[in-house]
Amino acid sequence: MKASAFTYHKPNSLDEALGLLKSEEEAKVLAGGQSLMPMLNMRFVQPETVVDVNGLSELSTISFTDRVELGALVRQKTLATDTIIEQHLPVMREALKWVGHFQTQSRGTIGGSLCHLDPASELPMVALLYDAELQVASASGTRVIPIKEWGLAYMMPSIGPDELLTKIFIKPWDKPYGFGFQEFARRHGDFAIAAVGCLLKLKNGVITDIAISIGGVEDVPRRFIECEDELRGSNYDINEIKQRIVNPLNQINYLDDSLVTGSYRHKLLKGLLARAIEQAGTRTNSD
Amino acid sequence: MQEQDVQMHVNGKPVSGKVEARTHLGDFLRQAVGLTGTHLGCEHGVCGACTVIVDGDAVRSCLMLAVQADNCDVTTIEGIAEENGSLHPLQEAFRNNHALQCGFCTAGMITSLYAFLSENPNRSDEEIREAISGNICRCTGYQGIISAAKEAAAKMAKDNRN
Ligand code: FES
Ligand code: FES
Repeated sequence: MKASAFTYHKPNSLDEALGLLKSEEEAKVLAGGQSLMPMLNMRFVQPETVVDVNGLSELSTISFTDRVELGALVRQKTLATDTIIEQHLPVMREALKWVGHFQTQSRGTIGGSLCHLDPASELPMVALLYDAELQVASASGTRVIPIKEWGLAYMMPSIGPDELLTKIFIKPWDKPYGFGFQEFARRHGDFAIAAVGCLLKLKNGVITDIAISIGGVEDVPRRFIECEDELRGSNYDINEIKQRIVNPLNQINYLDDSLVTGSYRHKLLKGLLARAIEQAGTRTNSD
Repeated sequence: MQEQDVQMHVNGKPVSGKVEARTHLGDFLRQAVGLTGTHLGCEHGVCGACTVIVDGDAVRSCLMLAVQADNCDVTTIEGIAEENGSLHPLQEAFRNNHALQCGFCTAGMITSLYAFLSENPNRSDEEIREAISGNICRCTGYQGIISAAKEAAAKMAKDNRN
């Protein structure tokens, strides 16, 4: 199908973009377009106005001081090859292997993934692992939102119609720590049926810190706090871990649809979670 | 209806015109420029048939507005062969390996592989499979396509060395 007609604006500065988002009712922000364009073509959305933010080069930078600062417009392709990301957020690179295809990564942006907030999207899962902070701007100022308050409901991030996601701040963990990312989809690049990200710190064979994020199994990707609490302080013994994760996994209200049943997602998540923790464990280089 | 001016280079030639903002690049190439080698299958980013190369990157032309390609260099399947008509190694290899049947997916397969192998022709089987995992072929089957990609990759690597 074809998109319905809309008025197109391509602002050259952030102020101009925010002014448009304020003045235009029913405007949609177009970044990489890898989620919005399908929705336009299928007429799931029929906005009056599209504000194309691809001209805002100030949102395309990656820098590192004591935390990684990512402009919302950084392309997935850039994330996959950037040395700051490789050094400080290795799990992001791992997760990107599962994000769409190289032909969509060439345009898709990190801000787009966070704002579209598909239940199965990997980049929000990475942001969750590190407790990222998201900076959102509007004509009346900026605010910073912790990622755990970002996802309000199914594909509904905590952002107003006049606001634009501008920066993502991510504080890396102190090294050494291990990381893992596991996912299952029907074909490479399809939406995940279940996905797990994990960061892990070990000391003398004990789990001193762990972060787990899950995607594809519920309406919104989230941290799996119940499971983290269960594992923190316990021995790093994969058989013991497999026992301990059973209870938290039983608490989840799994998505259940005509293609994939909830019980299948449950079984899948169980296997992927154990694998992600093991993968992280082999990368901790510490005893 | 709001029309926008666009200009771009398509297969090395300057092209300009007016488009409605909602027109995606695939439709612009087919209808305004008249290059119908780029195929539109799903128009929501799933099938890969519409893949073209914009400023060196393979992109889905159904997921980019024509106005967004303003001032860009676009390469379509029509721009892959040499000016004199001699086929690109990928096109040769597709022919040699029976890597097409109806041809609907072929333009997208070749533009995707062209971008992927031009960046680095030394790729494993698995990497090649992953690279075309976003391109759906509904009739030939993938084995011939993988064989063609490998044959072309070897030729492209050799050409790079010379
Ligand atoms: S037509 Fe663009 S991906 Fe199918
Ligand atoms: S050759 Fe017919 S769809 Fe691939």
